[in-house]
Amino acid sequence: MTMDDTPGGGRRAVEKESIRSDHRLIADMVEPHTRVLDVGCGDGALLKLLAAEKAVDARGIELSQRGVNHCVAKGLSVIQGDADTDLADYPDDAFDYVILSQTLQATRRPKAVVEHMLRIGRRAIVSFPNFGYWRVRMQLMFKGRMPVTSTLSNPWYETQNIHFCTIRDFVEMLDELDAHIERAVALNSVGTPLRVSAPWWVWNMFGDQAVFLLRRGNSSSFR
Amino acid sequence: MSAVTPPRIEVSGEADQPHSQVVRLEASNALAMDCGAAFGPLTIAYQTYGALNRNRSNAILVCHALTGDQHVANVHPVTGKAGWWSTMVGPGRPIDTDRYFVICSNVLGGCMGTTGPASTNPATGRPYGLDMPVVTIRDMVRAQAMLIDHLGIEQLFCVVGGSMGGMQVLQWAASYPDRVYAAIPIATAPRHSSQNIAFHEVGRQAIMADPNWLGGRYYDHGSKPEKGLAVARMAAHITYMSDDSLHRKFGRKLQGRSAPTFSFDADFQIESYLRYQGSTFVERFDANSYLYVTRAMDYFDLAEDYGGVLAKAFQKSRSRFCLVSFSSDWLFPTAESRSIVHALNASGASVSFVEIDTDKGHDAFLLDVPELLATTSGFLEAAARARGIDGDRQ
Repeated sequence: MTMDDTPGGGRRAVEKESIRSDHRLIADMVEPHTRVLDVGCGDGALLKLLAAEKAVDARGIELSQRGVNHCVAKGLSVIQGDADTDLADYPDDAFDYVILSQTLQATRRPKAVVEHMLRIGRRAIVSFPNFGYWRVRMQLMFKGRMPVTSTLSNPWYETQNIHFCTIRDFVEMLDELDAHIERAVALNSVGTPLRVSAPWWVWNMFGDQAVFLLRRGNSSSFR
Repeated sequence: MSAVTPPRIEVSGEADQPHSQVVRLEASNALAMDCGAAFGPLTIAYQTYGALNRNRSNAILVCHALTGDQHVANVHPVTGKAGWWSTMVGPGRPIDTDRYFVICSNVLGGCMGTTGPASTNPATGRPYGLDMPVVTIRDMVRAQAMLIDHLGIEQLFCVVGGSMGGMQVLQWAASYPDRVYAAIPIATAPRHSSQNIAFHEVGRQAIMADPNWLGGRYYDHGSKPEKGLAVARMAAHITYMSDDSLHRKFGRKLQGRSAPTFSFDADFQIESYLRYQGSTFVERFDANSYLYVTRAMDYFDLAEDYGGVLAKAFQKSRSRFCLVSFSSDWLFPTAESRSIVHALNASGASVSFVEIDTDKGHDAFLLDVPELLATTSGFLEAAARARGIDGDRQ
């Protein structure tokens, strides 16, 4: 959750002229002139992109002091805080979008975090590395080692990622939360979206990461 | 601690004839105070640095803390020491006097030239003493607003301050939402806690228990409750530091001796340090002023004026806020700043917040803490761009 250990934040960002593929996708999901909260906003790259392209009212929460200082110096409104503890303090419907990009797996209580996101925002956007990705499965299966991939770049003893899930696991949790999926996209290892018509198991196998656009389900009792 | 005793200058000198710019507000323009008094005439002593631009859009008001004063970035006329915030304010500093017009006024109830208990009451020709009405943070801010009116400034680019100065910043944002473009409340709280009121009460009792206090009329007898005021300062000074910083600076080290003297001398360095702090403080501060200004902090509870809901205080605010707290500050702990952040979030205000990791305690806001300077300059830089301040630079 710190800006230095955001999975996927390093290499690909540089290759793609400093716009991360999931950031690109998230930016396309956000309507212009809306209120956006980015939870675990790192150095503010996504917020800056959203402010520039979509003229959003951009807010962020970031754990690391360095990340917050970066953001504040860029003119972004960012609060030093922790997704696990601080989301509870936000009122219902405070934002149009609450975004969690590549941070879910680093939270202590991912389900509670997503639940709060759905409560605080009219929409929630979550991007996360897919632990069902075939390279991950291969490394476990044939090497018998914890996987290290482009989105999971740290060895097991140094990673801040404590709650991995697959795309299927995530969808199952959404069912439990009565969240409605408005859009879902799986990206392969070079950041290209997989075919929309592909079945779930293909996404779960070939998606390196996934991005979900969510809203509260109709029978939701979050409020 | 070099024990250089500063030149002894009577406090009443600065109270009535400060080494500062002053504005005198006549009785016809009386200040409506929270206690019900219409107070006037009134003198406000202030310092300015830098130049106001053509659009009058680059003014920054610095609000000083409990025992601070208007001498932010110049040599202090009484102590001869550098300004209390010279790390923050000056040419090329985060609050850059080459770029901004910086204003700092002595608070109402102070003793450095703005009307306070040590000032001469024109009705009697003697110092006000306890005849001065009890001052609140809001009264201080009202007086500052009169000064800003006098300077012909419609909107301040930024209001900034730490501790009691931070309370004034919050009050400015709540009372004059249209007149504050950006706000930086540092190491402060939306209300003074019970523990903090308790510490203040100890200080006030020390002053009032000094036989030289004479019911607050010591000016007439050529005496000063120096012992009481020094004890008040010593007690307060402990609350400004953390256990870690005290230990790092002094530990259990002995002062100028190799063994305990088995007496009540200042054996320990910390004792000697506190005694020095107490004795230098009485040279520059008025005891009655200490009563008034501590009282103002005690009465501060911003939410109370808004039906107990802090978020309502900021409902009309369009200011951008940057809050800073320090991890080892137990006088104004991070939780206090967070409660302000939550209220600002609930009211939809634009807010940034950073807790700086340091062992320097509450005093950190006055010290050379690189993260504080970086946060402040980054925030001001971005705010100045948004406000278009460079564009209309003269």
